[in-house]
Amino acid sequence: MRKNEKPHLQVLSRRDFLQSAATAATAASLPVTARAEPAKSARSAPGSTVACTLRVNHSVHELTLEPRVTLLDALREHLRLTGTKKGCDRGQCGACTVLVNGRRINSCLSLAVMHSNDDIVTVEGLAQASGALHPIQSAFLHHDAFQCGFCTPGQLCSAVALIDEHKASAAQEPLSEAGIREGMSGNLCRCGAYPNIVAAIREVASRA
Amino acid sequence: MHNFAYARAADLGGALRLVDQPGSQVIAGGTNLLDLMKGGAARPDRLIDITQLTALTQIHELPSGWVRVGALATNSDTALHPLVRERFPLLSQALLSGASPQLRNMATVGGNILQRTRCDYFYDTGFEQCNKRHPGSGCAALHGFNRYHAILGASDSCIATHPSDMSVALVALDAVVQLRNARGARQIPLNDFQRVPGDTPQIDTELAHGEILTAVDLPLNRWGRHCAYLKLRDRASFAFALVSVAAALDIQEGVVQDARVVLGGVAHKPWPVPEASDLLRGSAAAVNRFREVAEAAFRGAVPRRYNAFKVELGKRAVVRALEMAASIQETA
Repeated sequence: MRKNEKPHLQVLSRRDFLQSAATAATAASLPVTARAEPAKSARSAPGSTVACTLRVNHSVHELTLEPRVTLLDALREHLRLTGTKKGCDRGQCGACTVLVNGRRINSCLSLAVMHSNDDIVTVEGLAQASGALHPIQSAFLHHDAFQCGFCTPGQLCSAVALIDEHKASAAQEPLSEAGIREGMSGNLCRCGAYPNIVAAIREVASRA
Repeated sequence: MHNFAYARAADLGGALRLVDQPGSQVIAGGTNLLDLMKGGAARPDRLIDITQLTALTQIHELPSGWVRVGALATNSDTALHPLVRERFPLLSQALLSGASPQLRNMATVGGNILQRTRCDYFYDTGFEQCNKRHPGSGCAALHGFNRYHAILGASDSCIATHPSDMSVALVALDAVVQLRNARGARQIPLNDFQRVPGDTPQIDTELAHGEILTAVDLPLNRWGRHCAYLKLRDRASFAFALVSVAAALDIQEGVVQDARVVLGGVAHKPWPVPEASDLLRGSAAAVNRFREVAEAAFRGAVPRRYNAFKVELGKRAVVRALEMAASIQETA
């Protein structure tokens, strides 16, 4: 569904149902404003909520969250950015990989309230505003680098970071197959699309 | 995850006051703590977020020539820092062999040292027997699936291993941890900071209530490039060590002046092999000497039902790591 487009039908999806059992929170999207510093100190009692500003894909969201809400759950359940996937929810599979201040992390093992004012990019933010796909997305399509697609958002974010890391390292040699496999070791693919994932990343890395 | 209170500290003084209160637990990278909390193996009343203490992310040279690594430096930043790569390549190697790139971007040096065992019987609260979770309840791993468990320095109370690669390298590098509380500071060699289980396996380290680990200091060394971190695991990457070895040699004109060998994946803490220095000093770096070190390293080993393989694997890993450190070509 495109932004600003309203659904025709209001059906209760599985996700809505699950959400109804989740913690209540308020969310409001605001236009991008100057980057504010997070409050230097903050406190909450057990069960109470904390105000938190999440900057995701160039949008700013003011949220009030229980401290136990992970960044992954804040993205999926509160901001409805369901591109980022919950696989193991324990930092072992990489499906929840997002970029925070340009670095890839497992959003399942991080508290949302600890990311106030961080610059967060999810898979929804990889493509350009015009809709043009990020080169790594095009390469994944071209190389058929997925089967079921569940791990793909995490693979894409991780691959973007890997290519950036390699550039930043000023390494003389291009990213090797072994380097890609090691660099992508935090992203599991149960379908076993690894050969095509490696090929897609190699192609983009060679052009970078 | 259970509900907890949250406090973000603005400075070290504020953090120390908060940590001093009962039920408080520091959170930084969160990669181990949140994992434990999701499973119910940790239930702190209140988390003290210290990630705004940016001074603790610094890595810098002290006037003494030692290098101080702030406790909040991430594993990635530490592994790639020019001072670390240049002077402590062993530490870089060990860090890069651990976890995944995503986790290394989150996990901190302090948290890496203070992380808890990955013993499944500790993690899985479905098992009532765990002396780490419930002191006095027993150890389910003793007669359970103990493939990953300790063969050195364990007790009948606990056969868990410490999962850190970084700590193994740090012990080989004679690292010293800096601790602070609201009243002052102290320092303690990492090798004395991490504990053997004995009959109090619930206590992993010498960290006292109210203390924060603020930094790790690394002394000058003469290992140069003659060091190696060898990690053996069940898959090629992103797995905990079955056995790992940090080896460092000071070789001057072909003669070994000093040596360090420390084992990972076999004990409740990185396990030094103090005999390595005496066995190798004054000799040419040679495989027959390395085998003597390997024998000495595992002389006191107590294997369990599923991990007896670690003894032979460990011996060969010691020889191999020393060969790598000495830059000797593989032997037949």
